[in-house]
Amino acid sequence: MEFLVFVLAGAMVLGGAIGVVVRNHPVHAALSLVLTLFGIAVLFVAQEANFLAAVQVIVYAGAIVVLFLFVIMLLGVDKAEDLRLEPFKVQRPVAAIVGGGLLVLLGMAVIASRDATTAVKGGGLETTTDDLPLTAANRMHDGNIRALARDVFSDHVLAFELTSVLLVIAVVATVMLARKPRKGDFVVEGTGK
Amino acid sequence: MIAALWTPTTTWYLLLAAALFSIGVVGVMVRRNPLVLFMCIELMLNAVNLTFVALARKLGDIGGQSTVFFVMVVAAAEVVVGLGIVVAILRRRPDATTDDMAELKG
Repeated sequence: MEFLVFVLAGAMVLGGAIGVVVRNHPVHAALSLVLTLFGIAVLFVAQEANFLAAVQVIVYAGAIVVLFLFVIMLLGVDKAEDLRLEPFKVQRPVAAIVGGGLLVLLGMAVIASRDATTAVKGGGLETTTDDLPLTAANRMHDGNIRALARDVFSDHVLAFELTSVLLVIAVVATVMLARKPRKGDFVVEGTGK
Repeated sequence: MIAALWTPTTTWYLLLAAALFSIGVVGVMVRRNPLVLFMCIELMLNAVNLTFVALARKLGDIGGQSTVFFVMVVAAAEVVVGLGIVVAILRRRPDATTDDMAELKG
């Protein structure tokens, strides 16, 4: 069962990711991104991150992809890009080599270190596969949200407050960037039209 | 034995995340539409999030999940500011590609 979930969600993730890279229409790429993000959310549930799965669907698949689609529609750039056009000749071979090399190196690192974290038994980290601490926490009612909230609002409360500052700055910056300059605003001469 | 062999372990998740990250890197290097470029960056961020969640379960430490929480917030802020810049550039030149981002120089 778990195997089936992993294979289906993994196929969603990888298929959507390849779709983002190879689809030449920006709207299609955005919809492929939704597929990937849903697959990631399923894998989050399989890894007992229930709250993060919900946040993933709401924030990523809901807000961020809609923002992408909104910008595509707003600007009218939903024209298909000709992918056969390749202005810089060595770009794709180099990208393939870098991507393949990165995959091989990361895969070797993961496989080489697959037993490394199981050695610290008794160090406060029970890592037997039967009864993980997170599983025990999640069995309680709302266990995952409780555990996450306790961690965020105690150990990382300063970082949490700083993210609110970050969001305010991001909103103000976007309003400044996206608005049209009115008459009388200071505009640097000689840029663009 | 067979059942144990076919149960996904943390290594499977990490390998999937590595594949997703590599696809994102290739996308950033290949695509020239700035919007698709941002989508590929989202792919890489999600690969890292998957790694955090998988290791949070493996190590039994909720800290990995709270890190993912913060990564999501920062990713949302990054997308908002990035799309603001893209809107400002594409409004001026509707067919701009990433090669034209040198226009950001004043």
